[in-house]
Amino acid sequence: MTLAFAVALIVLIGFAYYLGQSRALKARDGRGARLHSLPSYYGMYAALWCAIPAAALLAVWSAFQGTIVEQMILADITEELSGLDQSRIGLVMNDIRNLATGGITSSDPSPAIQEAAARYSNLMVTAKAAMFVIALALGSGGLLLAFRRISPDLRARNRVERIIMTVLMLSSTIAILVTLGIVLSLVFEASRFFAQIPITEFLFGLQWSPQIAIRADQVGSSGAFGAIPVFAGTMLISFIAMCVAAPIGLFSAIYMAEYANRKVRGVLKPVLEILAGIPTVVYGFFAALTVAPTLRDLGDSIGLDVASESALAAGAVMGIMIIPFVSSLSDDVISAVPSAMREGSYGLGATKSETIRKVVLPAALPGIVGALLLAVSRAIGETMIVVMAAGLSANLTANPFEAVTTVTVQIVTLLTGDQEFDSPKTLAAFALGLLLFVVTLILNVIALRVVRKYREQYD
Amino acid sequence: MSDQTQTGVPEHAANAPAAAPTPTAPKARADGRTKMKARQVNVFYGDKQALFDVDIDIMEHAVTSLIGPSGCGKSTFLRCLNRMNDVVDICRVQGSIEMEGEDIYDPKVDVVHLRARVGMVFQKPNPFPKSIYENIAYGPKIHGIVRNKAECDELVETSLRKAGLWEEAKDRLDQPGTGLSGGQQQRLCIARAIAVQPEVILMDEPCSALDPIATAKIEDLIHELRENYTIVIVTHSMQQAARVSQKTAFFHLGDLIEYGETETIFTNPKDEKTQGYITGRFG
Amino acid sequence: MTDATANGTTPASPDEVSKRVHASLKRRYAAEKRFQLYGVVAIGLALTFLFILFYDIISKGYSAFWQSHVTIEVEIDPGEVDPQGDRSLDSLRDGSYRGITRDAFTALFPTVEGRSERRHLLELMSGSADGVVRQRVLEDPSLVGQTIPVEVKLNDDADIYVKDKTVEVETAARVNGIASPTGTSGEIQILSTANDFGAILTAVKEMLAERAEDLRDDIEGDRARIERFESQLQSVEDEEVRSDLESSIASYEYDIEEAQKQIEDLQRRIDQPDVAEALNEGMPSYLVRINGGVVKITSVDNSRATGEVYLPLESVNDAPADSWEILTLPVAESDRRLSDKQVMWLWDLENRGLISLPFNTTLFTAGDSREPEQAGIWGAVVGSFYVLVVTLLLSFPIGVMTAVYLEEFAPKNKWTDLIEVNINNLAAVPSIVFGLLGLAMFLNFFGFPRSAPLVGGMVLTLMTLPTIIIAGRAALKAVPPSIREAALGMGASRIQAMTHHVLPLAMPGMLTGTIIGMAQALGETAPLLMIGMVAFIVDIPGGFTDPATVLPVQIYIWADSPERAFVERTSAAIMVLLAFLITMNLTAVLLRKKFEKRW
Repeated sequence: MTLAFAVALIVLIGFAYYLGQSRALKARDGRGARLHSLPSYYGMYAALWCAIPAAALLAVWSAFQGTIVEQMILADITEELSGLDQSRIGLVMNDIRNLATGGITSSDPSPAIQEAAARYSNLMVTAKAAMFVIALALGSGGLLLAFRRISPDLRARNRVERIIMTVLMLSSTIAILVTLGIVLSLVFEASRFFAQIPITEFLFGLQWSPQIAIRADQVGSSGAFGAIPVFAGTMLISFIAMCVAAPIGLFSAIYMAEYANRKVRGVLKPVLEILAGIPTVVYGFFAALTVAPTLRDLGDSIGLDVASESALAAGAVMGIMIIPFVSSLSDDVISAVPSAMREGSYGLGATKSETIRKVVLPAALPGIVGALLLAVSRAIGETMIVVMAAGLSANLTANPFEAVTTVTVQIVTLLTGDQEFDSPKTLAAFALGLLLFVVTLILNVIALRVVRKYREQYD
Repeated sequence: MSDQTQTGVPEHAANAPAAAPTPTAPKARADGRTKMKARQVNVFYGDKQALFDVDIDIMEHAVTSLIGPSGCGKSTFLRCLNRMNDVVDICRVQGSIEMEGEDIYDPKVDVVHLRARVGMVFQKPNPFPKSIYENIAYGPKIHGIVRNKAECDELVETSLRKAGLWEEAKDRLDQPGTGLSGGQQQRLCIARAIAVQPEVILMDEPCSALDPIATAKIEDLIHELRENYTIVIVTHSMQQAARVSQKTAFFHLGDLIEYGETETIFTNPKDEKTQGYITGRFG
Repeated sequence: MTDATANGTTPASPDEVSKRVHASLKRRYAAEKRFQLYGVVAIGLALTFLFILFYDIISKGYSAFWQSHVTIEVEIDPGEVDPQGDRSLDSLRDGSYRGITRDAFTALFPTVEGRSERRHLLELMSGSADGVVRQRVLEDPSLVGQTIPVEVKLNDDADIYVKDKTVEVETAARVNGIASPTGTSGEIQILSTANDFGAILTAVKEMLAERAEDLRDDIEGDRARIERFESQLQSVEDEEVRSDLESSIASYEYDIEEAQKQIEDLQRRIDQPDVAEALNEGMPSYLVRINGGVVKITSVDNSRATGEVYLPLESVNDAPADSWEILTLPVAESDRRLSDKQVMWLWDLENRGLISLPFNTTLFTAGDSREPEQAGIWGAVVGSFYVLVVTLLLSFPIGVMTAVYLEEFAPKNKWTDLIEVNINNLAAVPSIVFGLLGLAMFLNFFGFPRSAPLVGGMVLTLMTLPTIIIAGRAALKAVPPSIREAALGMGASRIQAMTHHVLPLAMPGMLTGTIIGMAQALGETAPLLMIGMVAFIVDIPGGFTDPATVLPVQIYIWADSPERAFVERTSAAIMVLLAFLITMNLTAVLLRKKFEKRW
């Protein structure tokens, strides 16, 4: 049905284009008037008038169809649901949905539920059909409207261009909408979490063990939601990563920008880019299956107790991942230092390394700091390496040989697997996400500002 | 002349202090010893040849100006004199350039040491993003010329005084050099070059980025510096060459067309190309 | 300098300067060398990491591209496979192939008897084997009633044995004597005319000694603990704690006693020179290959071995020194997934030439499975494809339009600035945050289906948009303004100038950015975990709303699986993913090279 509809809509739009163009041409030929714009613009005018209302309807309808249909279903089976709390209702709805799509349900469905499921799939089909019909009707209506307005005097090009401009502008606001969406959804879910757990406990608590709070009626269901150990673990791993990435990345950048000739650079740059293009899940696999066991065995052989999910393994591999990031950013920054600066130093008889250390690097310092800040933000937000190679239990420790957990690991463990959405456990993930977002945002804003200032200085 | 260059080093050592009590007129000094001697210098950028068989003798304690239309190779030649071209990957230099009888392109010659003896001032003022003090102290510090803070302070002051910047800068030594005006920045760069106590100072169009007043100040400074240093200056302005230099070399398309006393070049050029250039027919 | 020396203000004369500069040179050049070395070392380290990473993955994964099969002779019994007896496809499809396949497999070793041993043998065969037989019969119903050779998969552990030789069958030291077995099956003894089993005995005794040593260490530790408890006991007053401590001490003392008894026993066995010693499964396994069969040694003395026949002997004839040998499996039986018997079966199958190692097509054609030998990446590849299609369809137009608007038309004001800052920040937001957005917005608020490529594509669109926008703007910036001016000068509208002239010139740059963005999206894992694409999905997804997973998530799932055989498959999947990514990135690089600096 969807395919047929898509074809119908495309045909309609094409038809609109043809109709608009031919009407303009006919008007010209009939009255001998001069068209204001090229005939194709009249076609486009009609096509846009047809396509935009239809597309808008499709977008709005499909965004809300699911929610509305579910509300209708739930309204139907109110007696079934009486006495259930919000999360139970969610589960019931899940069952209905699964039943309707032929999936597996959590328990044997009652007749009422089965009926609801049948109604649900009925409604969905009807809704879809209705959406298609209305969309086509709207499109035809738009077409009709445009068709009647087409005359040689119509400034079709200007109209079309204005529409295009509006579309361009709207698409550029998507970036804002995304940020807004992130902030809103995180703040909204996190505030629900903070309604259950005081924010001070979250920010300053030293205990993190959300596992206890799986069921609301369980003893000790409050759990412990102190984010400090989680955050400390994140910092520890990020710190280790930066210990690896900062010197190697920086010196690589210096070598590439100042010493390597063009040929060497031409080879090294793509190779480092390969390192940058490797997906993090691959690094995670490498960390969990190769680096961590190697480190543990190495530790064993010299009598050190290294956990098999040590912060060191995850941090070191994360550092490797960040090397190309640091080096390419620093490379840009170092290359941006004007060569007059270098010449001035060489002209005084400085050696290359003296020039780099005493002139180029101090000049590039703000940019390098910015680059490192961005790298830190990257390390903090990195997920797969730590999910695969770091631990789950929140230890408050600075020992790199012990296992620690991170913000991202907790988010993933809290949100994967089946659980109801409203427990503090899942909501805690959003609180952590908010924390993560805010911290990285602050780092990014500072870093980007520093780098921008730096660029302006030498532009 | 060759005799002089061969015995250049000891003679210079003997001459330098002797020169002080008898400051002679600039003109007379210009006929002095040969400080640097370029022979058959060819420079290539990749496959392209930028200089063809250039022969020049640079006189001690004189200002030699290199003039010519843009792209004529004058800056390239200047940069050969302290081997700044080494920095450019694709640049090759053939021929010999001797300083005090020693070929500066000899593998034994240390380029760092050479540049300490042959300082350079660039077209655009390029102070380091450091304080004024640090800008001046940078050279002496890396070369180990100063041994302690007192020596360093003293050297900074002397250099700034010589560059005529002391009065303007003495109260703001710890402020960034980039905060000075363009002319001040260029004098700072000259002071920076002097601080290493070079024998020769190369100036690559030092006034092209400056306004007339700042230019005049720099030109005065060049006059004073000639007392103690050998100066080679590349300039676009013929008036400037006429004002500041004793010797002038005219380059055209990589060839050295004419070289001689500034007066002669400007009043009675032998080559018609030179004539054409200085009368403004091309350039 | 003349003035200066006269004033006495210059600290050093020119000669002195020259000298000092000279003096500093050596140190400075050393510093120069050192500094340059740091750079070389840094680059070297980065390259080494890259090399190790690739080496590690390739060495772990290359073997996954082959799968070991064994050829069995299956008798297609009409009674089993054709319940309706009419040879129709329906009937053949309903038939039972399990029994005949299993019979065919056990027929490889006719001497295997008893349910448990049969089951033990059948463990070596993949569960997919009967499916293969069924497929063969359905393709050619005339096979019913015949006995046909079928290549079926070995299970994952057997596969690893065949490919990696995780259990090495080594030939132990040369034998010198003539050996005579006492039987051809069951429990038998083998007598050698020389002390050919002495080496085994020595090895066993060494192990006993090691065990004794370990026990002594334990005793040491226990004693230390007892001492600590006793010193605590002196300072503690509390009755309860005291009794706790005392009982701990008592239990440790008991442990020590037991250990000492064991040590004595071990020492006695070690010291007795020529008494039969039993082997256990914590030790390397020793087997004797003799008269066409294999005997697993259970106890030895110098010249005589007692053992169980694993592969039957042909006769009880005496075997001369060069016709029999002792085999060793250095990894103890308890430390591996295959038993001695299974290893010997596989070893025998190999010697009989029945095991083949063809290309592993399953890996590229199947969906996920709990059984490693039946698992493939095709489902994930298709899932990735759907996700990327959605991402491309959404992010390319939006990205290009945004870039065009911001670069060509947007007025310079606060709002535009805000959008710009926003885009730059979005590029640096952790990817998992986009996953949270997808979960909260798309799944919970808008009610889109979980695990669907559609939602995955939407989330990844939000993630890749900044990349495409930034690249697109750079590409537009690179188009010289003269081109716009020329078009505008001809009377074109701004939009015409843009669509006719600027956009085509900027397109290669935009495509490069898009390819890089797509490569990022292809390698992304974390946000997709958030929207449920981490589910175990066997079926190949057939549309944009079917539950699906993607290649990186498949890697994540497999990496988490305990089966060893998944390690090589994970690595193989990584190789496939990297191949895609490197191809994409190379395309981007080449595209950039080809079109860069046209002016």
